Amino acid sequence: MDLLIPDIGLLFWMVLVFGLLYFILSKFAWKPITESLKEREDDIQKALDMAEKTRIEMAKLQSDNQKLLAEARAERDAILRGAKETADRVIAEARDKATEEGNRIIVKAREELQTERQAMVAEVKREVIELSLDIAEKVLKRELSDKKSQEELVKGLVAEARLN
Amino acid sequence: MFRLLIRKAFLSIVLSLSTLVAVNAQHEDHHDHEAAEGKKKFNVGDMIMHHIKDDHGWEFAHGLTLPLPVILYTEGRGLDVFSSSHFAHEATYEGYVKEHNKIYRAGADGKPDKSIKVLDFSITKNVASLLLSAVLLIVVFFSVQKGYEKNRGKAPKGLQSFLEPVILFVRDEIAKPNIGPKYGKYLPFLLTLFFFILFNNLLGLVPGGANLTGNIAITMTLAVITFLIVNLSGNKHYWAHLFKPTGVPVALLPIMIPVEIVGVFMKPFSLMVRLFANITAGHIIILSLLGLIFIANDLGGTGMGWGVSPLIVAFSLFMNLIELLVAFLQAFIFTLLASMYIGSAIEDHHEADHGIGYEGHEAH
Repeated sequence: MDLLIPDIGLLFWMVLVFGLLYFILSKFAWKPITESLKEREDDIQKALDMAEKTRIEMAKLQSDNQKLLAEARAERDAILRGAKETADRVIAEARDKATEEGNRIIVKAREELQTERQAMVAEVKREVIELSLDIAEKVLKRELSDKKSQEELVKGLVAEARLN
Repeated sequence: MFRLLIRKAFLSIVLSLSTLVAVNAQHEDHHDHEAAEGKKKFNVGDMIMHHIKDDHGWEFAHGLTLPLPVILYTEGRGLDVFSSSHFAHEATYEGYVKEHNKIYRAGADGKPDKSIKVLDFSITKNVASLLLSAVLLIVVFFSVQKGYEKNRGKAPKGLQSFLEPVILFVRDEIAKPNIGPKYGKYLPFLLTLFFFILFNNLLGLVPGGANLTGNIAITMTLAVITFLIVNLSGNKHYWAHLFKPTGVPVALLPIMIPVEIVGVFMKPFSLMVRLFANITAGHIIILSLLGLIFIANDLGGTGMGWGVSPLIVAFSLFMNLIELLVAFLQAFIFTLLASMYIGSAIEDHHEADHGIGYEGHEAH
């Protein structure tokens, strides 16, 4: 039964020693140890978070780059297409203008040709009239002298005219 | 891990062998007595009790006793301090006499006078072991703490890395899940409790060591401190659960309330008895096994004594290994239950878990 009866002296020393031990260890061991552990865990957590954040940022950056690249490519294509269109348009316009000008020149030439022809025809008509008048005059002049020779003249003139 | 196991096994062999030597030495002592007093058999009960109980001197082996200071307070006489070695040589010293490990004032006839109250504050074997463990704890954990200062921002090293998992175990597996978010306030107590019990359990297994955690005064102090912490930090849910349990029919209240009140005292009582009984029982089993050798010696002669020795040593080695497990297990259980009790006392939403603490198991 002795075993089950707590000894007063041991109780006294135990309360004293355990109390002191609790006080000393809490203040000089547990507090700094748990704080250091917490600090280290926070550091690790922070580093992990940072790595995750960086990873996400890197991915974002990469997708941004790709987007940028695609945009640049699209822009380049657009510029090229635009330039080509402009060039085509300019060429087409030039061609149209040239055709138009040519046509205009041709039309003008034709008109001039027409005018000149008309003038020539008029000239020819006038000369024919003059010539006819000359012939008629000569014929009239000869008729007065010799009828026979007159006829011969006319015949000769006509033949001459036909030969012309 | 394997190397640790080998080291433990080696320790246990040394432990059992030295206990053997100690018991052997004592046995020879008994033989001397036999010679003097005639036929007297080896008394295994006395031997075990001698090893388990406290003493005024620290006997490492027979004839090798470290005398410790005896501090006595007697009303009207005041404080008396002297070495415990005086009792080994003299029947009475300064008017004190020792009987069955207790010190009394000696009467006129030299017999103890039990009517005079003597308060014994001696540095006994247990107190010396207690002080030794306290010094050891302080030295060890100051060095661990220095490790955190020195290896700031680096990986732990040496003793620090050896004990860090244990500290983290107490924090993450015992305190956090059972107490909840307010665990920080109780962590220093739980850590002190855990390592105090663990160190003293292990010191108790060392040959010649004192049976400190198998002493009722020690476990009682630990249990009472736990009781005080639990009940002083109990919130209104805790007290309401005790005196105004919800969901209990009124007719049952006269039974429930006394049961709950008994429960409040049963918890620390069970803590006290569990640690005391486990450690004491372990020591008794090992000592009984070793005692079998000398019983065989008495029954069948020296040859039989030597003959059973290998078997007994093997058994006690096995028991020592189990005791090593128990040393960790009991430190863990005491701390775990203490944190469960604290957890149930400070829980915010208190449900009818009857203080067992199942509600406290929150995933973290």
